[in-house]
Amino acid sequence: MSTTTYGWLVLAFPLLGTLITAFGFRLLPGRTAGWIGTAAIFLAFLAALGALISLQGHASDHRQIVSSLWSYASTVGIDAQMSILVDPLSVFMILVVSGVSTLIHLYSISYMDKDRGFVRYFSYLNFFVFSMLLLVLAGNFLLLIVGWAFVGAASYLLISFWYRRTTATKAGIKAFVINVLGDAGLVLGTYFIFKHTGTLDFLKAFHATEAGAFGHTVTGANATNPGDLVAGCILLLVGAFAKSAQIPLHTWLPDAMEGPTPVSSLIHAATMVTAGVYLIARMHPLFELAPAAEDVGAVVGAATLLIAGTIGLAQTDIKRVIAYSTMSQIGYMIMGVSVGAYAAGLFHLMTHAFFKALLFMAAGSVIGAMGGEQSLKKMGGFRKAMPFTYACFIIGGLALSGIPPFSGFFSKDEILLVTGERGGWHWALYVVGYIGAFFTAVYTFRMIFRAFHGEPVAEARELEAGHLHHADVPRNPANGEEEDTDVGFPGPNHAIAERALPMRIAMGLLALGAVGAGLIQIPKVDFVVDDFLRPSFATSKLYEPHTKGGLLAIGLTLGTLIGLAGIGLAYRIWIVGGRDAEGRFPVAEAIRMRTPGGRALYKLFVNKWYFDEAIDLLVVRPMAAAGAFARDTFERVFVDDTLIGGTTGIVRAGSAAVRAAQSGFVRYYAALLVLGVAGVGFYFLLQA
Amino acid sequence: MSAVLFFLAAIGVIAGAIGVVVLRNPFFSVLALVAHLVSLAVLFLLLRSEFVAAVQVVVYAGAVMVLYVFVVAYVGGESDSIGERLRGVGSSQPPQVGSGLRFGGAILGVALLVELLIALIGTGLEATSGYGAGYVPGPKAFGTPAYIGNLLLTRFLLVFELASFLLLIGAVGGVVLARRRGGIGEDEPEVFVALDVPRPLGTGTTVEGVGSRTA
Amino acid sequence: MSIEWYLAVSAIVFSLGAVGVMTRRNPLVVLLCLELMLNGGNLALIAFSRMWGNGDGQILAIVVMTVAACEVCIGLGMIVAIYRRHLPIDVDELRELQG
Repeated sequence: MSTTTYGWLVLAFPLLGTLITAFGFRLLPGRTAGWIGTAAIFLAFLAALGALISLQGHASDHRQIVSSLWSYASTVGIDAQMSILVDPLSVFMILVVSGVSTLIHLYSISYMDKDRGFVRYFSYLNFFVFSMLLLVLAGNFLLLIVGWAFVGAASYLLISFWYRRTTATKAGIKAFVINVLGDAGLVLGTYFIFKHTGTLDFLKAFHATEAGAFGHTVTGANATNPGDLVAGCILLLVGAFAKSAQIPLHTWLPDAMEGPTPVSSLIHAATMVTAGVYLIARMHPLFELAPAAEDVGAVVGAATLLIAGTIGLAQTDIKRVIAYSTMSQIGYMIMGVSVGAYAAGLFHLMTHAFFKALLFMAAGSVIGAMGGEQSLKKMGGFRKAMPFTYACFIIGGLALSGIPPFSGFFSKDEILLVTGERGGWHWALYVVGYIGAFFTAVYTFRMIFRAFHGEPVAEARELEAGHLHHADVPRNPANGEEEDTDVGFPGPNHAIAERALPMRIAMGLLALGAVGAGLIQIPKVDFVVDDFLRPSFATSKLYEPHTKGGLLAIGLTLGTLIGLAGIGLAYRIWIVGGRDAEGRFPVAEAIRMRTPGGRALYKLFVNKWYFDEAIDLLVVRPMAAAGAFARDTFERVFVDDTLIGGTTGIVRAGSAAVRAAQSGFVRYYAALLVLGVAGVGFYFLLQA
Repeated sequence: MSAVLFFLAAIGVIAGAIGVVVLRNPFFSVLALVAHLVSLAVLFLLLRSEFVAAVQVVVYAGAVMVLYVFVVAYVGGESDSIGERLRGVGSSQPPQVGSGLRFGGAILGVALLVELLIALIGTGLEATSGYGAGYVPGPKAFGTPAYIGNLLLTRFLLVFELASFLLLIGAVGGVVLARRRGGIGEDEPEVFVALDVPRPLGTGTTVEGVGSRTA
Repeated sequence: MSIEWYLAVSAIVFSLGAVGVMTRRNPLVVLLCLELMLNGGNLALIAFSRMWGNGDGQILAIVVMTVAACEVCIGLGMIVAIYRRHLPIDVDELRELQG
């Protein structure tokens, strides 16, 4: 089978899975839908492996293969095909996506057990995987936009999965609206590029751009930034930022944690939010010719990683901590691909997928043990009751904090290395990156220590005794509303990893990935990812896979030290410092109270830097006011009263005036007749 | 001689017309119209249209007016005098159109009269200042029944037939309109007078004497 | 007398009839005044017939009389029907056909 046939199969299996589970909704008993969904994605993974092997069989400069299924719109000026592009970048992405998705589907079979929306869940999840694979396999802007939009729709469906919770539906709407903003940016960016290159196909557009479609361009230090290209790239960046939850379009991601935990793990950690990174990597020929846009991306990525890191320090909902950690790590990736560290950024994408999905899965396990409760304030001492989950958390946490030999270390440090080597003002980004790494270690281990160390809480003690805690009355963890376990609300079962084999298998495999994935790209030793991806970046001037030695040693040591320092600080505050009688941590309190500006900073972080309030003030309220104005004043007064009322009033007055002639008095009519006769006679008399 | 006759008849005509318009009692109006019609017949005779004059008296004054007399006797109805009418007195409902129109009506009529006079007399036709075309007396001369009959059955046959058709329709229509329909609510409602109830003799109430006004 | 005189009388009678139609309230009298107008027209017709010397005007006058008879018949029938239903015999009151 040819490479592109594998590519089409990769798309076909999840689509088939969706359709079977959707249409067979009533026919599939028990957990069959779950196994069907998992099998569909596993088959897609196998097809992706097939594509990989087959692709590597081609010569290295023939590894960008386009295959078109049919011609969508082929007229004057536009030629849009249903085509996929199978090249190392897309194969890399589909391997990551389908691999991690298979494990998450497996996990979900246990997690969503007995939920009345079980079949619907797997249908949506398969649809999501299909959309994401479509996005990364797209060979032209058209399919990219289609995949982009589908992914947004799937995200909305899955965030609002427990649709009877108002918090979930509101979160879904928020996510969708911000995503649509990104979609608009993407489409407008596509327009700019189409205007100059005249084609929607990726490879043709890139060739045209490099051949001078936007005018004479020079990369590097003397770069000229053609206006339309910069505008187009910045619009594409808007799309990337919305999808990848970067500042300022990031406010939807913490709210998106309303969805079930496997959804958060798949969509909002491993795959959908990385679409922005993929976009920048794919569009690298355009970005390299518009360094201004690249700089925007780098700055925003750096800002996000810092801000998200600080917010993560103050959050108390376990899933939100991991969400902000995701935001921060994606900031690294965006920064990486914006400064030209394509292989490093994508490598970090892969390792991040592994350990972030693992962390979310483990968090789901803890939430199950807590009977649905998500607040760190109520957790503690689960170490003895949930050893497997604890181990997964530690592995994931170490990988996230960048401790060697875990995978996160290699990928994150390589990004920062390439950033530093770019020189110039990128040193600021280098420093920011390490500060962010410090924060990462602190908040990650804060979360782990708070949940697993210290005095076991009641739920933990119950679990040690062998009994899984169930709340008497199921409640919404966000606002404490009562709910029942009917469809639209979470089901009555709570699953934990220690008791569910599918969950353990999935988490175990991810843990292996989190530990071992780094080994494929150890600096100076092996360059599997770099070499694999090189054909995709053949025309890139910034793709320098083999880093120089000088900064390398400093960077590696610095990374390790900072990570260990962060863990040490967290240990000091949250374990050694201990808990006081009311459950607060005295050392943390002390830092907050006594450091100058500590209280103010804490308030800033807890309130997420007031982004939600700012958006509300700047965007939501003016629009609501405009809408109210339109409804009350414009619509009522102008349209209803003046335009419509005026027209009907004129007609009514006219007909009333005419109607007055029908008085009903016969005499009146006779008089009119006589008047008419007299008038006519008068006229004729005058004539004569 | 014919001038004197003319003036007498003309005065009769106009007086009758004025009487119809002015007189309060409709019955007197009918009588005035009869006088008007007879004077008009005389004028027709002066114009040598003996058949039409005869038809006028027999049909118009004779049949139509008799019909009118019957209906007026049945329906009756008082009308106000012209003075009251012009002032708009005597009507129960607000007489906006009524009273204004009475005055305006008179004005309009005068205007119409002036126009017509100018039109008819100020016309450029010289023939109107003559006495008419020449007249040759004879059995089928102008205006005789033979003459009219001849015309009716030759040149104006269609008109004749249509007119008779119209008469038929009119007769049927008149009967249909005015016929008595069976059922309730047609005539006077039954008025229950207390006197209808048999009373024991010797009660001697006022009702027996005067009657009740509960109708 | 010359034809002009007859025409003048006809005009006067016609106008009087018009004034009567517009002024009177009793529908019977209105119909009577309508008859007046018709008679005025008849007189003019006969006068013109005499003027030209052919019988067209007279025939038309007879037809007018026929039409007047029919119209009176219908009109009076209506008034009788109205009277039977106890409605007031007053043109100002009989105005249900108003707009």
